Amino acid sequence: MTNPLVSVLAFTSGFVIMSLELLGGRLLAPYFGNSIYVWGSIITVFMLALSAGYLTGGWLSLFNPSLKRFSLIFFVAAATLYPLTMITEPLMETVFQAITDPRWGSLVAALVLFALPTFILGLISPYAVRLLVDNVDRAGNTAGRLYFVSTIGSALGTLATSFYFVLWFQMDTIILLLSGTLLILGLVSWTAARKG
Amino acid sequence: MDGSTKRMKRSATIILTFAVLSVTNPLQGRIVHREQSLYQTILVDDTGSRRCLQFSVRRDQRNQSCIDLKYPQRMVFTYTQMMMAGLLLTPNPKKILIIGLGGGTLPLALNDLFPGTLIDVVEIDAVVVRVAEEYFGFQSGERINVFEMDGRIFTKRALIRGDRYDLIILDAFNGDYIPEHLMTREYLQETRTLLGTQGTLVANTFSKSRLYDHESVTYASVFGDFFNFKHYPSSNRIILISMAGLPTLDLLQSRAERWRKRLRPYRIPIHNYPDRMSRTTDWDLEARVLTDQYAPANLLRSRNRHR
Repeated sequence: MTNPLVSVLAFTSGFVIMSLELLGGRLLAPYFGNSIYVWGSIITVFMLALSAGYLTGGWLSLFNPSLKRFSLIFFVAAATLYPLTMITEPLMETVFQAITDPRWGSLVAALVLFALPTFILGLISPYAVRLLVDNVDRAGNTAGRLYFVSTIGSALGTLATSFYFVLWFQMDTIILLLSGTLLILGLVSWTAARKG
Repeated sequence: MDGSTKRMKRSATIILTFAVLSVTNPLQGRIVHREQSLYQTILVDDTGSRRCLQFSVRRDQRNQSCIDLKYPQRMVFTYTQMMMAGLLLTPNPKKILIIGLGGGTLPLALNDLFPGTLIDVVEIDAVVVRVAEEYFGFQSGERINVFEMDGRIFTKRALIRGDRYDLIILDAFNGDYIPEHLMTREYLQETRTLLGTQGTLVANTFSKSRLYDHESVTYASVFGDFFNFKHYPSSNRIILISMAGLPTLDLLQSRAERWRKRLRPYRIPIHNYPDRMSRTTDWDLEARVLTDQYAPANLLRSRNRHR
């Protein structure tokens, strides 16, 4: 049971990361435009936050790794995503007033808005590897499969958001859906951990 | 240097350039300049005495801005002429903002007509500015300031400065890609503040696709009533708004009559305009308003209208 569930969780983390990254560019546009430097800022922040998340997630997996603890990451991720629907506007306003250059403005805004949720989402992959690896010989195979599902999730998150979600929903609604999905998956794995 | 000397100098430069070029290739259209910018491919194409600025290299590329090298004052494009209908709403603007430079036709004409008026032009693409200067006789100067930045960012900064404009011209949607953050309710609200209580807004918009409905309801949600101006053979639609209230047909006609002679060198048939400026709602009122939260303008542009 653990195996497919952890795969679903890894898939979702990949999906949410890329969906959020695409929304990030659009959220910044009213204050910083949508030129290449805005995307540069967004991608820089996501890469930095993910790298820090991977490092920390791997470290966390050293201490009594369990599905129950894993589910906590999802609760925290959901909790850090949700406030984006409220703080984005006033925060960008403040940065816009303080920094005139749209390049540095967009970098600072992206950092403040997206670094924390992306960092939390970055914890998921290495922790999932630890949960699934049961013997060292197969560790590479297990990690490869996890990269596979989470990256497929990223691809679908990118496609779904840019082709359809922005046409159907408000951006806040999309963020709410992402946050809600993380919360539900957290609950599912929490329950599964208690039963299992 | 006063306006007319400047203009003569400009004409001379253009005609000279044209003369040199026509020796090498007298009849056929040819690309005189081609440059890739951060945002688009920019082409300058000469056909006969007509020089055009084009963005993108697709087969169905449209000319963005054209001038007649023999008669540089003439406005070649119907939609550029139509934008001058703004003068029927504000006959004597003291401060003008233009979002989107193109070949610089509009700022030059307005500078000629109103020599004392301050004109701020915002253009995101530095290459467009340079090409307009080198190939289309555009010149910034004491009365024309060019800001190379995003139109939305300029607008927000102008709000902080407390700036106001008598006439704002939105002409930022020429390329293949629509800057979606310049087509939202929030952006129009910011622009409305820049207009103060008396200002006039002229916006070059889309007449086809599902975007027509969404754009129309978005403008209506911010400004209420506006003139919807379409004119064959152009497929463009110009939206005209006055913060002081829309003038009556009589007033439009008498102003058009007054402008008629002065606009003749530009080939602007302004006397035909008042009858075509409609206040009728011909769009789907159920269409969703475009906002910073919901702005899929490029996706909507590829959809057909329901009716």
